[in-house]
Amino acid sequence: MTGIQIIFIIVAVVTLGAGLMSVITRNLVHAALWLVLALLGVAIFFVLLNASFLAVAQVVIYIGAIAILMIFTIMLTRRVAVGSADSQLNANWGWAAFIAVALFAGLVWLLSGWNGFNITAQQMSPRTDTIRQLGTALVSPSAYVIPFEVASILLLAALVGAIVVAWDRKS
Amino acid sequence: MIPISWYLVFSAALFTIGLFGVLARKNAVAILIGVELMLNAANVNLVAFWRYVTPDAIGGQVFAVIVFAVAAAEVAVGLALIISIYRRRNTIVAEEIDMLKY
Amino acid sequence: MGDPVTAISQWLESLFLGWGLAPGWVAIIQAFIGVVAIATFVLLVDILLVWVERKVVARFQDRLGPNRLGPFGLIQPLADVIKLLIKEDITPIGADRIVYNLAPIMALATVLLLWAVVPLAPTIVGTDLNVGVLYIVAIGALGTLGIIMAGWASNNKYALLGAFRTVAQMVSYEVPMVIAIMVPVILAGSMGINTIVFSQSPVWYVVTAPMAALIVLISAIAELGRAPFDLAEAESEIVAGFHIEYTGMKFGLFYAGELLHALTMGGIIASLFLGGWRGPGAETYPILGVFYFFLKSFFLYWVIMWVKYSLPRIRIDHMLNFNWKFLTPLSLVVLLVTAVLHKLLVGLPDWQYVIGMLLANVILFWGTLYVLRRYARTERVQVAEPMPVAVPPAAPMSSSQS
Repeated sequence: MTGIQIIFIIVAVVTLGAGLMSVITRNLVHAALWLVLALLGVAIFFVLLNASFLAVAQVVIYIGAIAILMIFTIMLTRRVAVGSADSQLNANWGWAAFIAVALFAGLVWLLSGWNGFNITAQQMSPRTDTIRQLGTALVSPSAYVIPFEVASILLLAALVGAIVVAWDRKS
Repeated sequence: MIPISWYLVFSAALFTIGLFGVLARKNAVAILIGVELMLNAANVNLVAFWRYVTPDAIGGQVFAVIVFAVAAAEVAVGLALIISIYRRRNTIVAEEIDMLKY
Repeated sequence: MGDPVTAISQWLESLFLGWGLAPGWVAIIQAFIGVVAIATFVLLVDILLVWVERKVVARFQDRLGPNRLGPFGLIQPLADVIKLLIKEDITPIGADRIVYNLAPIMALATVLLLWAVVPLAPTIVGTDLNVGVLYIVAIGALGTLGIIMAGWASNNKYALLGAFRTVAQMVSYEVPMVIAIMVPVILAGSMGINTIVFSQSPVWYVVTAPMAALIVLISAIAELGRAPFDLAEAESEIVAGFHIEYTGMKFGLFYAGELLHALTMGGIIASLFLGGWRGPGAETYPILGVFYFFLKSFFLYWVIMWVKYSLPRIRIDHMLNFNWKFLTPLSLVVLLVTAVLHKLLVGLPDWQYVIGMLLANVILFWGTLYVLRRYARTERVQVAEPMPVAVPPAAPMSSSQS
């Protein structure tokens, strides 16, 4: 067992534990904070996978924007979100747990049949600049410029949509 | 070195945890938390396949970036909807928001 | 001789290897010692900052400041630390204990994390990340999280209000900051901070991109939550906001974090726009680079203090309007103009390139002032209109008071 494998296992256990806590904790602010920990764990996985840009973007977008927006929403709606004594899980949580476990077993079974299941990565040459590659791929017409533009239109639509939906017309 | 199977099993576990959150939670914000976990699991898979199978084509990272954009859009609109519903109906429990049934 | 840090690290490496440790472990131990050394050094500077802050604010307010303990009151911050350490440690009833105690640690730790990528000298840099600029933004986001945690866990409505204001302010001012930080990234062609410092070779970027530097400075002050953007604490409105319930050393951590954050922001802006460690002789004697770096950082820290103690607090709607309706569009324009001009002028000789960039920035600045002046003129007319407050009670209530 090498050092990087130990790191992987520690991060995986912490991330999965935090993910599990974020879906079963009763206090929703705690759930959002556990989510932050899980997102940080995923960011560390991106670092292990040599995707440093994605790791930092993960922290900026998920923690800096999404998680904080969620905490904000939970605080704004906290009369019903925090402090209610009854469970935060609905009546069907048993079925949900069964489906989740079955899906996990199915996925692992399906993946273990794939013949590339145990491949390891080739050494990456230190001179490959993945950030430059990513930047060029996002704007070059022969690569991914259309998805990139569609994503930007989606973001614009979401921006306008969020403002329209949350507009308080009474004032 | 870490075989790709570790990443795949990890992301499968994270995905199912997120799925459990989506299916079992009452609160709309908590359901969104589950959705975020699922999207992250998908991202780990995309990047892992990029790194292990096609390290020369950057496609996996591009898709992960687009997933980021989609997640941000989804959360912005979703939370705006939740705030709007909270203002009108004073609840964000998903089971009680069932006006479309009638 | 001019590079003691590298010499010490090489000496340590040979020492550990001589003890028979594996090279991998030696690298880990070296990195660990480096982290401890830089964090300790920065925290020692932080103690000095308390003195600097109090002394400078005293001068701005025409006082003397601390001058009793030691020469020029230099031992005063140590006395402050002892006072904070022996104060009673209070946790309010109903507080969320774990989150409440985690928040001050987050507030200081996120500031310390920033020093991992700030180059103190050409060879003295924690880690030269190739996404360093984005890393700074990411760590700033974590700092916001610490403040929200403090505000929520205190179980106090003023703390929560402070947290709300912080979110509104920090999340919005991140936008122009990120856009304006992209200007040196475009000019240097890299997101690594040390590369950006290296590429400021004929002139600093503050000459070729002064508008971007100004925008980054303004949004950095907002990110810091310092006056005129100190709505998150606002002693006179919400009695110190998010850290209202914190006492003793927990408050001390917030205070130290705030002071150090200001110096760190100064250091980052100095690296991005003022040439970081650049100065005569810094390439051959890296230890001189550390001196230049801290000189520039403390200059920017002084500018931030100057703004803080000269301007009154801004109102919250003004703060948001200023960001979304002025700073964000302006930073987008600056980014576009810089990118296009850089592409057009990059082949020219240095002096033509610099003059072209500077001229474009001056024109932009003048245009901005022109637009602002016209806006202020219409605003003044609106404000000068008779207000409906003074009408007699018989008249119908007018609802147009925007």
